Amino acid sequence: MPSARLRHVAVFLAVAAAAQLLAVGAGKGFLLTQLTMAAYYALVAVGLSLLMGFAGQISLGHAAFFAVGGYASAALTTWNLASHRGSGLVAALARAGLLQARTDLYGGSLLTVHPWAAAVAAVALALLLAWLVGIPVLKLSGHYLAMATLGVGTIIGSVAIGTEALGAADGISGVPRLPLAFGAAVTGDSDQRVLNYWVAVAILALAMVLLLNLVRSRVGRALRAIHGAEDAARAMGVDTARLKLRTFVLSAGLAAVAGVFLTHFNGGIGPSEASTMKSVKVVAMVAVGGMGSLWGTLAVSVVLNFLSLRGYFGTFDDAVFGGILILVMLFSPDGVLAPDLRRSAGAAWARLRAARARRRAGAGEAGEGGTGAGEAGAGEARDGAAGAGGEERP
Amino acid sequence: MLRIRNLDVAYGPVTVLRRISLHVNPGEVVAIVGANGAGKTTLLKAVSGLVRPRAGEIALQGREVSRESAERIVALGCSHVPEGRQVFASMSVHENLLMGAHVQLRRGRKDQVKADLERVYRLFPVLEKRQRQFAGTLSGGEQQMLAMGRALMARPALLMLDEPSMGLAPLVMKDIFATVSRISAEGSTVLLVEQNARGALKIAHRGYVLETGRIVLSGTAEELLANRDVQRAYLGREAAAEPERGRP
Repeated sequence: MPSARLRHVAVFLAVAAAAQLLAVGAGKGFLLTQLTMAAYYALVAVGLSLLMGFAGQISLGHAAFFAVGGYASAALTTWNLASHRGSGLVAALARAGLLQARTDLYGGSLLTVHPWAAAVAAVALALLLAWLVGIPVLKLSGHYLAMATLGVGTIIGSVAIGTEALGAADGISGVPRLPLAFGAAVTGDSDQRVLNYWVAVAILALAMVLLLNLVRSRVGRALRAIHGAEDAARAMGVDTARLKLRTFVLSAGLAAVAGVFLTHFNGGIGPSEASTMKSVKVVAMVAVGGMGSLWGTLAVSVVLNFLSLRGYFGTFDDAVFGGILILVMLFSPDGVLAPDLRRSAGAAWARLRAARARRRAGAGEAGEGGTGAGEAGAGEARDGAAGAGGEERP
Repeated sequence: MLRIRNLDVAYGPVTVLRRISLHVNPGEVVAIVGANGAGKTTLLKAVSGLVRPRAGEIALQGREVSRESAERIVALGCSHVPEGRQVFASMSVHENLLMGAHVQLRRGRKDQVKADLERVYRLFPVLEKRQRQFAGTLSGGEQQMLAMGRALMARPALLMLDEPSMGLAPLVMKDIFATVSRISAEGSTVLLVEQNARGALKIAHRGYVLETGRIVLSGTAEELLANRDVQRAYLGREAAAEPERGRP
């Protein structure tokens, strides 16, 4: 039902507004900076949630696509082309209006690619990379797919840290603002803090509308079918290879968009953004939020990223995420906020009641369980046989 | 409808099917019977494009399909109900059926899918009762019905069933075979693979006996049921135990 989806988006926007009012009202407007960053990181997480939770494909290298988007736009908007004015390519770009002339901090003249042209090129590059990587890698599944994507992430990470032109260990700084309409821009300037907060929230909300519509469509149903039984999905006429590839590319694209915007917001990017640990963190957030629960992933990733960015985990930041991953896998592999868990909580409650009924029945006449217990038992047995985790829907 | 000529299928160095030739005429129910490991499932998978044959021809409605993808073959009108049913456990019965209509929905035939849904629910009333329930919570027989209904949603010219009676109680098994007869009576062509030779041959028009990757015998269902070798190898004691039940 589209209205239910719209209502959820409206609730999200209302929560975002409430957070803004609280932060500003408490005289802590600076908190919006971390919330803005958390929102961009959440964009990476919901994209990965689509891939992991719906298509059932894991990616341990998702930070790489974020980094490709961020690094490409940072590099293109900071490489000074002033000394190449004479070359045909630069002249052609200038004629096409794709270049931007500005002065640097010291008054020197700069000629770089326009931020929007760079943004488009950066996202396109990430999409192309995901597509090229995805074709061979998505033939794998399970552990093998995890290993292969880990390999991709490691390669991108070491390119970022090892390339002089990308600033090596220092990364790239001095990235210009990404101009929007009416003098507004994606930038870290404090006078545009509230506006940038809403830019991030709006992008995230747009992505959610896109993803929610996607998962409710025929394509989303096919994705869930792939997750359940890939061969059977193929026997239904689902082109599983193409669908998995497209999902992978879309999810990488969202990560790249996040990378572009956050890089402009921060005014730079460093190699830690491309690190494997970043990828693992995103996986942890999706795991906590619930495989296949877009809203769960969104909520968890905003909160965890915010806490992490505010430094609440101190030097144990990575350890906290590692620990979260272990706990979630042990106790709630479907995620903490997933509908499955709510359902299994319901089932646990039913079992508890059944056990109580049994005890009471046992006190009276032994050997015969209550009807509730019998039903619960039968349901479980069938669940186990079919490998399903679900109870009956009410 | 379907014509297979000199089909060879191998998994790596292991040859599973050798020079298989068979045909299915429009409107027929054809049964392929044989023991475990004879290559029955592989044969269906080769037809539906889930495994690539090494040699030979598969013609579906006169069109060569042995090199086509599984997706394409469904679109060309051949649906496969896989062994072990393979329903989408964490999706509702209703969603499973819509998955079956994937090809039709992609062509934008929403109204037709609605009518097909009604037809499937008429054919399997129990599915309508359980349409909101997760497919994984259905009983084995209900899952088989769902798998068959799901395949019918693609409007197949040829419906292929892989061991529909597997793991079902005798009464449920009877029910499933009766449903296959009904589907056939409504005009579908059915290719059925079974270990339960008696049940399959009773509802079939013709049959083939598959043994270690070769067709060793073929004929009308009556001929095969009366054949001494078939009786000894596949009907066994069962022949005496079960009362006769003719094809409608």
